[in-house]
Amino acid sequence: MYAVRAGLQKFKITPKFEIESIIRLYARWIREGRLKVSSDWNRELGVTFTVQDPCQLVRKTYGDPVAEDLRFVVKSVVGEEHFIEMYPNKSNNYCCGGGGGYLQSGYTEERRAYGDRKLRQIVETGADYCIAPCHNCHSQIHDLSEHSGKHFPVVHLWTLICLSMGCLGENERSYLGEDLASVGL
Amino acid sequence: MGEAATVILPKQSVFLSKVMDMLPEGGHLSMCLTCGLCASGCPASGLHDMDPRKFLRLCALGQDEMVLSSPWVWMCTMCQRCVYACPMAIDIPRLIYEARAAWPREDRPKGILGSCDQALKNESNSAMGARSEDFVFVAGDILEEVKEAQPAWEDMQVSFNRPGAEYFLNQNSREPVTEPDEMVPLWKILHTVGCDWTYGTIGWAAENYCMFLADDAAWETIVRNKVKAVEDLGCRYWLNTE
Ligand code: SF4
Ligand code: SF4
Repeated sequence: MYAVRAGLQKFKITPKFEIESIIRLYARWIREGRLKVSSDWNRELGVTFTVQDPCQLVRKTYGDPVAEDLRFVVKSVVGEEHFIEMYPNKSNNYCCGGGGGYLQSGYTEERRAYGDRKLRQIVETGADYCIAPCHNCHSQIHDLSEHSGKHFPVVHLWTLICLSMGCLGENERSYLGEDLASVGL
Repeated sequence: MGEAATVILPKQSVFLSKVMDMLPEGGHLSMCLTCGLCASGCPASGLHDMDPRKFLRLCALGQDEMVLSSPWVWMCTMCQRCVYACPMAIDIPRLIYEARAAWPREDRPKGILGSCDQALKNESNSAMGARSEDFVFVAGDILEEVKEAQPAWEDMQVSFNRPGAEYFLNQNSREPVTEPDEMVPLWKILHTVGCDWTYGTIGWAAENYCMFLADDAAWETIVRNKVKAVEDLGCRYWLNTE
């Protein structure tokens, strides 16, 4: 998204449409009662989650308001008491190292060294899962988790939203850990 | 910090002046207080013995050769945390971008170069070279599977190039190519709220490596292709999955 938004500015293009992020829409739809999510599924289980604030979305585009939307969605879905912040966060968050083309750059060792700060930040929360609502973040944090041997699951937000509405299908669970593999099936 | 001192003869930086000329207020690039806030919060600090403050100092001291040959420019993600932390809001990532752009194109990292070139070759703009007809086929196939296995979703629809849809949804090509089932939860959410959305067969791939490659012309080509795709369908919003 950032590449298009920044490109519009740089190349002085005025589009006939607006740019929107699904994260903001999730939040709006939940507030409007159109997306009936619930954290009941997690009341007994008590699985804990932290969330990565994607640089492109938060610091580089909408700032803290979208980080608040993101937290609202996450808390609605997993339960407020099961959400743990990493620090620093929101607009001040550390990049995970999945951006800037790193994943394709061939500098794998450097990419993982860069991501080490993010890895420690996540591990320090003690959360069972990391939610990564951006593709590059997801790929990078997943790699950090596996490569370091920590093996914490890294999930997309849409997975948890559907899980919380009881409509996550059997084939849609590749990134869930064993603890949640059959919840709501 | 136990680092051997490097002897540097200060010079006028051609590179720095060039970048400053491009930016409003010179990007504040000459206002550095050398406080180090940028470096202490930068995850790339220390890689290849470089950090953002040092990079800027080397520019300021005219060490163009060192700055323009350092592979570190590919290890900064241009995440802008340093800009956010800097008391003078100095735009270091912009400096990094221009330093990347100063590399001969063929010397830039092959993976990024290849991803940008793939995107240019295909109307999909997919960095993985995904073709639009494959996307349409995979989406249709997965949709049928879902309807069969999960009858509650019998009415769910996935359209392509539907004029006048409110939202034009783009999709990272990783999904149709390597994990198509990951698209389904998103479709379910959109269906549940009654969102009026469509995919397109032009410029639908969300990723953009030409910007990371610092290839202005290619980046512009891709952005214009995407803009045209959304405008041709008359969609009101260009919707991102992130
Ligand atoms: S934070 Fe800003 S002022 Fe401080 S050293 Fe970095 S660039 Fe200079
Ligand atoms: S933009 Fe680059 S230099 Fe600045 S904090 Fe991010 S990685 Fe470091």
